[in-house]
Amino acid sequence: MLKEHMEPTPEDIKNKKLYIDMGLSEYEYDLIVNKLIHRLPNYTEIGLYSGMWSEHCSYKNSKQILKKFWSDGSRVIQGPGEGAGVLDINDNQAVVFKAESHNHPSFVEPYEGAATGVGGIIRDIFSMGAKPIASLDSLRFGNLSKPRNRFLLNQVVSGIAGYGNCIGIPTVGGEISFDDTYDGNPLVNVMCVGIMDKKDLAVGQSKGLGNSIIYVGAKTGRDGINGATFASSQFSKEEESDRSAVQVGDPFMEKLLVDACLDIIKNHSDILIGIQDMGAAGIVSSSAEMAAKANSGVNLNLDLVPKREQGMTPYEIMLSESQERMLLCVKQGHEQEVINIFNEYNLNAITIGNVNDDGKYRLSFKNKLVCDIPTNSLVDDVPEYKHPVIKPERLLNTSDDFIPKIDNSYETLLKILSQPTIASKENIYRQYDSRVQANTVLAPGSDAAVVRVRHTNKSLSMTTDCNSRYIYLDPYIGGQIAFAEAARNIVASGGKPIGITDCLNFGNPDDADSYYSMDQSVAGMSEACKLFDAPVIGGNVSLYNETDGNAIYPTPMVGMVGLIENNKNITTQDAKDADDLVYLIGNTYDDFNGSQIQKMLKHKISGRINHFSLKEEYKNQNIIHHVIKNQLVKSVHDISEGGLGVALVESLFTNNLGFSGKTKISKEQLFSETQSRFVVTVSETNQENFEKLIKDNAELIGYTTNNNQIKMQLNNGILSGDMAKLKKAWKEGLD
Amino acid sequence: MNFAVVTFPGSNCDNDLYYAVKDALGENCTMVSSNEDSLDKYNVILIPGGFSFGDYLRSGAIANLAPIMKSIKQAANDGKIIVGICNGFQILTESNLLPGSLIKNNNMQFVSAWEKINVQNNNSVFTNQYQKEESINLPVAHGEGHYYCDQKTLKELKANKQIIFTYKDNPNGSVDDIAGITNKQGNILGMMPHPERAVEKILGSKDGLRLFQSILKSHVRS
Amino acid sequence: MYLAKLYVTHKPSILDPQGEAIKNALHNLKFQNVSSITQGKYFEMKLDNDNKKDAEQIVKDACKELLVNQNMETYHYDIKEV
Repeated sequence: MLKEHMEPTPEDIKNKKLYIDMGLSEYEYDLIVNKLIHRLPNYTEIGLYSGMWSEHCSYKNSKQILKKFWSDGSRVIQGPGEGAGVLDINDNQAVVFKAESHNHPSFVEPYEGAATGVGGIIRDIFSMGAKPIASLDSLRFGNLSKPRNRFLLNQVVSGIAGYGNCIGIPTVGGEISFDDTYDGNPLVNVMCVGIMDKKDLAVGQSKGLGNSIIYVGAKTGRDGINGATFASSQFSKEEESDRSAVQVGDPFMEKLLVDACLDIIKNHSDILIGIQDMGAAGIVSSSAEMAAKANSGVNLNLDLVPKREQGMTPYEIMLSESQERMLLCVKQGHEQEVINIFNEYNLNAITIGNVNDDGKYRLSFKNKLVCDIPTNSLVDDVPEYKHPVIKPERLLNTSDDFIPKIDNSYETLLKILSQPTIASKENIYRQYDSRVQANTVLAPGSDAAVVRVRHTNKSLSMTTDCNSRYIYLDPYIGGQIAFAEAARNIVASGGKPIGITDCLNFGNPDDADSYYSMDQSVAGMSEACKLFDAPVIGGNVSLYNETDGNAIYPTPMVGMVGLIENNKNITTQDAKDADDLVYLIGNTYDDFNGSQIQKMLKHKISGRINHFSLKEEYKNQNIIHHVIKNQLVKSVHDISEGGLGVALVESLFTNNLGFSGKTKISKEQLFSETQSRFVVTVSETNQENFEKLIKDNAELIGYTTNNNQIKMQLNNGILSGDMAKLKKAWKEGLD
Repeated sequence: MNFAVVTFPGSNCDNDLYYAVKDALGENCTMVSSNEDSLDKYNVILIPGGFSFGDYLRSGAIANLAPIMKSIKQAANDGKIIVGICNGFQILTESNLLPGSLIKNNNMQFVSAWEKINVQNNNSVFTNQYQKEESINLPVAHGEGHYYCDQKTLKELKANKQIIFTYKDNPNGSVDDIAGITNKQGNILGMMPHPERAVEKILGSKDGLRLFQSILKSHVRS
Repeated sequence: MYLAKLYVTHKPSILDPQGEAIKNALHNLKFQNVSSITQGKYFEMKLDNDNKKDAEQIVKDACKELLVNQNMETYHYDIKEV
């Protein structure tokens, strides 16, 4: 309670350089003093700059790179810049989606970190006016042999389930992989998808002199204050104390917020000027961004902000990251109407300020003006940093291509199926309610999740993907492959990619290797986006993912949405019946650099990524789209980690089928990860029509059987053995 | 026929039930807030799944205090048809309209999966469109679905043929594999599986639709 | 032999949605004087120690290493000889 009196003076801040600990550089401080406010900022003001100018809010280190993303395209209604991007999906409807990382909070407190990650991204979706219909998670952990990593996995999964199941948004898909590179630095990326009628599009803005700023939802506590600088060293001290800055999610409160906000957006758009969630940097980011977007300013009275704790200072109130809070701008005179609606939903709402006409950001607290700065200086005047793009030495040296030595291909397949990255994730996704809302057609376990759009004949397919090993070895090609793999999942399910969101998880941007990888992988992804006409419509950046100076593999996660224009095109990865023909689409080469087999046999990865061609990828995906549209295939599965061997048996497992056949490829190539390939099944009656369409782009490799055995003649050996044993290894790989 | 779906703060399967009745079954359906105090206009009362009041304290415990519960109890006494699904089942046991209680799944984890459900009694108003001992496919999604009751209650349930549905592969540790029961009078059903998520082929099963059709059929008969 | 009774609750600065929901329900039941409520965990632990100091140390270590999430929770205990 005495804290406010102990706050440093403006002179202290300057002389003792207190802004450095808050994450601002000397250059940035001088810029604020000399160019933006022409006086020394007080403690509250410098706190606001430190929050708003953090990488998380301003993208000051990554903006140069983000500009490379292609964000055009005929379907784009809203590109990057709002809470989430919006794409046209015909019939006057739109899809809204975005992904966000919650890596550091999930490392510190995995259950709540993951849960609040889910909560945060959901708010981004419904604040645009869309009903959230699905979420997906992309997770990375270190080796499971370490108990800490097993603990993190279990807690993160419980947190996602705890929040998502309660709020009633199905968790329909995602991916999990494991690598030592994420030891001490797990990644928790969450994506949410919503749909809306185009006419209901809402924006995050505050304008019109005298219009009111309304605060809704949970009270403000001292949660996650200065989330950006919430380092583990700081944390160890906190363990002993009776205080904690851990953010706790309340999915019940958020469920009420979703319903109430969508009611207001849909039915009261005449009095709603703007709406935005309070995410990172809490009240200041939402209120300043909303005003800056419309070139206006706001006056807020901090005494009116609902508080959970006593004695909170303006600094704490403004930078708190308490969850489940929204900010609205409402037409003057209509405040009570809006407050009454929220009350009907058992939510508290209160007017905390209004829009001014001089562009200032003014805060009053206990009848004193505690902040008076230009609003746009918080949002638009952030310096942008250009870092040199220099190819790191490790990428200059060419290293030899890896070729595995395989003695027994059945035993190798057995072993690779039990690798945690490859193994079945059923024990994890069984914990997620994937069917609430009764629209889920394909739940977790297939290439992409499919959710139908009720009362139409179309569906959305969605997936997350990123193989960071490829990106580590070749950022540019790896970036293209991250996109291509996601697109392959979408196409295999019967859709066409229409857009992506991304989470750029990288190390320190001052490190040349990290920055180069980010620059090049984004360039690669962007080129793929253009060719496939699937723009980037939003996402986030998570930098400084490193422990003791060792950065994670660069991991630009792609979250992709596709449109299935006719529900009869929905296709699964599972072979359906015995005696169906099995085809391999796409050429197979010796692609073992960065592969699962290299990691398994050598315990490290090396080499370059060869043979990948975006054009080839595009062509093969079009072929698949074509044969699905013509109803010529019974199943389609994309080939990725582990190669053909893994993809083929995965498609046989669900219906306990076997396989018999012969192929041109070698026993080593059974594990090659050449891109742009699919394995499909075709009924005999469609053989002629299918082969006419695909021409020489596929190899007939055999047929499905009833005997639960696999027998495959390779050009230098034979793969032969029991399917049940393979399935058991795959099912139990994560145990 | 008029169906009501009672929505509590935190219900999240209310829309799914509404669409199952309105679109798949083709009957009138109205959403009724738990703050209201009358259900006179409705023949059938459906209590949806979800996490009413966050399921904080105990699943269904706080919902049992909502104003609408008086009308639900009245409707139960009047012999109206009441169905509680998932959280709705938990609310019905918390309010003592059904015997027993639902506790944490044996493995302490939430379970979301398709389950094979055996129809134990096809003479009820809820199951007359199923075959006796028919095996149907319905999804479950719950963290507290382990049905528990004492031996005396179990005996009564069996004697009165109140056990309507059982699991083929018990996913939660329920006593005698119980997935759904009725009250003694047979007008109230509580079940953990979600029939409303299995009413269209595109969702993977239409087996749940016949539960709603059974209710319709018995109403026409009576 | 000692018996320790252990009470684990959220740290006061941590949001406690369960407590809030239960408080509101109590208010609706006319228990308006309940100004706050915290839901926690209660443990009883029997310890084969002759010495109270040793027994207390075990209680504290067990809390630190397993029973209490020190990020978010705090605890206190009563201990007596039985």
